[in-house]
Amino acid sequence: MKITVTVNGKTREGDVEARTLLVQWVRESLGLTGTNIGCDTSSCGACTVHVDGESVKSCTMLAVQADGCSVTTIEGLANGDTLHPMQQAFMDNHGLQCGYCTPGMVMAAISLLQENPSPTEEDVRIGLEGNLCRCTGYHNIVKSVLAAAGK
Amino acid sequence: MIPAAFDYKRAGSAAEAISLVSEYGEDAKFLAGGHSLLPLMKLRLAQPAVLVDIARLTDLSYIRDEGNHVAIGALTRHHDVENSSVLRQHVPLLAHAASHVGSPQVRHRGTIGGSIAHADPASDLPATTLALGATYVAQGPNGTREIAASDFYTGFLESALAPDEMLTEIRVPKTTGATWGFQKFNRRAQDWAIVGVAAWRRGNECGVGLVNMGSTPVLATSVASAIAGGASVADAARLASEEAEPQADMNATAEYRRHLASVLVRRALESQSA
Ligand SMILES: Cc1cc2nc3c(=O)[nH]c(=O)nc-3n(C[C@H](O)[C@H](O)[C@H](O)COP(=O)(O)OP(=O)(O)OC[C@H]3O[C@@H](n4cnc5c(N)ncnc54)[C@H](O)[C@@H]3O)c2cc1C
Ligand code: FES
Ligand code: FES
Repeated sequence: MKITVTVNGKTREGDVEARTLLVQWVRESLGLTGTNIGCDTSSCGACTVHVDGESVKSCTMLAVQADGCSVTTIEGLANGDTLHPMQQAFMDNHGLQCGYCTPGMVMAAISLLQENPSPTEEDVRIGLEGNLCRCTGYHNIVKSVLAAAGK
Repeated sequence: MIPAAFDYKRAGSAAEAISLVSEYGEDAKFLAGGHSLLPLMKLRLAQPAVLVDIARLTDLSYIRDEGNHVAIGALTRHHDVENSSVLRQHVPLLAHAASHVGSPQVRHRGTIGGSIAHADPASDLPATTLALGATYVAQGPNGTREIAASDFYTGFLESALAPDEMLTEIRVPKTTGATWGFQKFNRRAQDWAIVGVAAWRRGNECGVGLVNMGSTPVLATSVASAIAGGASVADAARLASEEAEPQADMNATAEYRRHLASVLVRRALESQSA
C-alpha cells in the first residue's frame, strides 16, 4: 500500500505491506535508526516517536496508520548542531548512561511538557511511566525533564 | 515481531466499515487504536485476514453533555476522556479511570470503544462503565440498538456484539452529588490491575465494578444491595466477591484477589472525592 508521511518535516513516500510496523518503516526504509526497539511488546517505550505531535509507541502502530500524518523522530529535534533543549538537558544532567532508552525518553518527555509545561517531580515520574530505563535509576532523567521545564 | 499478513481497508464512514466487516465475515476485524489488537496479532494470538481501520472516523470522537447523561463517541481516545472538562465535572470517576490506563503513549492511541469491545476483564473502562450503569450503542447492518453494560459482557474477551456490529457510543449517567473512588492495585507502573475497583455512592445508592475478578468485568450487586439496606461500608465490602469468580495467575491466588477486592471496595466507597 502506498503511504505519504511527513517525517521530520520532509514528505516521505513509501510502498509498504499492511503489516509493516511504523518503527520498522522508519528504521529500515528511511534509515532513521535513532528510534530503538527495546521490547517489541509495547512495554518499554524505547520506540516512542511523535505522531501529529503526540507520543506514541511506534512498535504498536502500523505504518499505514500513519499515512497522511506528521511523524517526528529523535533525528528531527536538533537544529543543525544545536540540540533541542530537552536533549541538552539530558546531556547537562547526566540523564543517560548506555543511551538505549534515551531517544524514547526524550520524545516522551517533550510530549509530556507540551501537555503539562510546569510539571511537579511526581507528574514527571507518572508521565514517563511508559518508558523503562535499565541504567539510570530514573533520578537524573527526572532531573533532566524538570530542568528542561524550567527553561 | 511483525503480525501475519492481512488486508487493510480504511473506512470512510461507520456504514462503510460495517459493510466491509460484514462482507469479509469472521475473518475481518475493526481496528481502532490497535493497542489491544496489534499486540495480540504480533503474538499470533489473533490472526484476522482483514483489518478495517475505523480510527479516522472523527465524527465518532466526541464527548457531549446530554442532560442526564454524557454521550461519548466510541472512537474517543483515553487521552480525551481523561482530559474532558464535561466528564471531569459530571462523571469524574470515568475521567479519572481513563487517566490510569497504561501510559500516556497508550492513551494517545487507545479508544474507549476499543477497550469496551475488547471486553477484557483486566481493563479499567469496562468495569468502570459497568459500575456507572452505562448504556452502549451498537450499529450493525440492520440498524442500531442499545445494550445495557450489565448485559454486554458474556465471557472472557466476549461480548454481546455480533462480529459485524460496531460500537458507536457510550452513554454514561451523570453522578451529580455522588462521591466516587477508583482503586487500582498493581506492582509496576503502567501495568493492568491485579485487582481494581470503580465505585460511586449517593446516600444509600451505589455502583461498584470490579476489574480482573473473573472472566468478565464484575458488577458487585451484593455490595450495592447491602448499602441500600443500610449496611456499613465495612460490612458491605465483605461481600465484594459474591458475584466474582477470580482466577489464580502469576500475580495472585484467587483467595488473595478476594481479599484485595474487599479492601479496595471499602477504600473506594469511603473515598470522599466528589
Ligand atoms: C502497554 C499497554 C498497557 C495497557 N494498559 C492498560 C491498562 O492499564 N488498563 C486498560 O484498561 N487497558 C490497558 N491497555 C489496553 C488499552 O486500553 C487499549 O487501547 C484498549 O483496550 C483497546 O482499545 P483500542 O482502541 O486500542 O482497540 P483495538 O486494539 O483497535 O481493538 C480491540 C478490539 O476491539 C474491537 N473494536 C475496536 N473498536 C471497536 C468498535 N468501535 N466496535 C466494535 N469493535 C471494536 C477490535 O476489532 C478488536 O477486536 C494497555 C495497552 C498497552 C499496549
Ligand atoms: S519497543 Fe516499543 S514499547 Fe518497547
Ligand atoms: S540509559 Fe541505559 S537504558 Fe536508560
